[in-house]
Amino acid sequence: MDDRINIMANPITKITNNTPVYTDNDPQEDLITLNLGPTHPATHGVFQNVLQMDGERIVSGVSTIGYIHRAFEKIAEHRPFYQITPLTDRLNYCSSPINNMGWHMTVEKLLQIEMPKRVDYMRVIIMELARITDHIICNGILGVDTGAFSGFLYLMHEREKIYEIYEEICGSRLTTNIGRIGGFERDFNERAFAKIRSFLKRFPAVLEEFAQLFDRNRIFIERTSGVAAVSPEKALEYSWSGPILRATGVDYDVRAQEPYSSYEDFDFDIPVGTNGDVYDRYMVRNEEMRQSMRIIEQALAKLEKEPKGIFHADVPEFYLPPKEKVYNNMEALIYHFKIVMGELETPKSEVYHAVEGANGELGFYLINDGGRSPYRLHFRRPSFINYAMYAPMSSGMLLSDAIINMSSLNVIAGELDA
Amino acid sequence: MDKLNNEILFSRLKDRFPDTILNTDEPYGLFTIEVDKSHIIEVLEFLKKDEELQFIYLTDITAVHYPERDLSIGVVYHLHSFVNKLRIRLKVFINGGNPEIPSATVLWKGANWMERETYDFFGVRFLDHPDLNRILNMDDMEVFPMRKEYPLEDPNRVDKKDYFFGR
Repeated sequence: MDDRINIMANPITKITNNTPVYTDNDPQEDLITLNLGPTHPATHGVFQNVLQMDGERIVSGVSTIGYIHRAFEKIAEHRPFYQITPLTDRLNYCSSPINNMGWHMTVEKLLQIEMPKRVDYMRVIIMELARITDHIICNGILGVDTGAFSGFLYLMHEREKIYEIYEEICGSRLTTNIGRIGGFERDFNERAFAKIRSFLKRFPAVLEEFAQLFDRNRIFIERTSGVAAVSPEKALEYSWSGPILRATGVDYDVRAQEPYSSYEDFDFDIPVGTNGDVYDRYMVRNEEMRQSMRIIEQALAKLEKEPKGIFHADVPEFYLPPKEKVYNNMEALIYHFKIVMGELETPKSEVYHAVEGANGELGFYLINDGGRSPYRLHFRRPSFINYAMYAPMSSGMLLSDAIINMSSLNVIAGELDA
Repeated sequence: MDKLNNEILFSRLKDRFPDTILNTDEPYGLFTIEVDKSHIIEVLEFLKKDEELQFIYLTDITAVHYPERDLSIGVVYHLHSFVNKLRIRLKVFINGGNPEIPSATVLWKGANWMERETYDFFGVRFLDHPDLNRILNMDDMEVFPMRKEYPLEDPNRVDKKDYFFGR
């Protein structure tokens, strides 16, 4: 019994070997090895954690990741720039438009393409809609994991509406491949704008209803408040970013720190928490959805003032020409061929571009040697870096708290494993 | 005091480390320095703990492979100073045959997984790393797949060669 007390007093914080530990699981022994995952209904994705359990309490854990590793960085070294967009879709597939736009902006930064304001605002609308979908998933699932299913259903209905907006703009729903390097493939049509407006009208009421179900709900507060609280120093030590960092009280948001896509034109607040616990993360995400609505409303108002019909920059050597021109216009045919074959004149340089993804700073580090494809492309994936703390922070926690901690970190398996 | 910019940053680094900084560059406004392998932790520590610079945030660690160079593996660090709104990139070129570099886990715990990923894909051994194992690939893998000598496609196939796909 003395040994057990000692173990509880000094939880093992050092990550141990990345190999599952097998013991004979005799309940009479002090510690039980529990394989949580790789496929477990409570983990929402392919996550494996091998936990050493003392009753209900986790003594230490090891995260085993890489189950859906698809070598995107290697594949990207063999694809022309525009073919890398579909790869970025599959990183954080809950908010793929942000990844797409981040990649387009990285290449535009490399090629020094100046974007028209209207395109910037259209991008802002898409990115903020994507942020709302991602936060809907995260907060909805957090509700499910704490035992409240109905809030999730109310929100999922609205996510469907956002997917219909994506469909109207680019034709697909989950892995959107939205936009092109240099702008969008086509202008937003009237139905898309109508759907965005009707979403803006409906969603605040739904979000308030959802917030009413949870914000002051005693069961929810007791399950989440104080759970997995992280200090700002520790969060920065582990390079956290996104809503979970802001929940600890650090007001770091790439949109404000180094504005891209004309975010400096918008008036929005960056919500921060105080304790860095699950409840604060929930509150930060809810408030971010409200701020996203504010940004979209401003963007719609700004679009009214911009000249109509501009949806891409005037860079024929990098922007794919419309198909009917390819058949009738020689220049368009040449550019089409060059872009598709990747025969672009690109500067030999390197660029790092970060966007505020739905769960943190999504960075693209691109080294270009002037070839048909990137010499090296590295994704700074927020899920991967945020998740590094999960096993060390879980030691000493109850298993049920560790589950909701994982939902509130919003780790997406596709982004974790790239 | 002037707002910190790349020139001031460079002069501060030059004062502190007169012989360590091998090369500087500024692609797209991001100040990039090349540092000797033996001084990398000193430089990182200075950048993190200096009261003016305050590069407290380790954005990323990754690597890049240039097979034709003598020092063929470049380890790349990105740091971020929130108060100064400034980023810096540090590069360390090391021998590809025996890639060893001190670990940054002494300064940032978050470097743990970033370095494991770099080890996993490039074989860079971070000395004094608490748990240097493969992280995304399987443990019994024998190669470091992001190195340029490993092709993307199965080398035994005749219909699917890398040169059809860009490079």
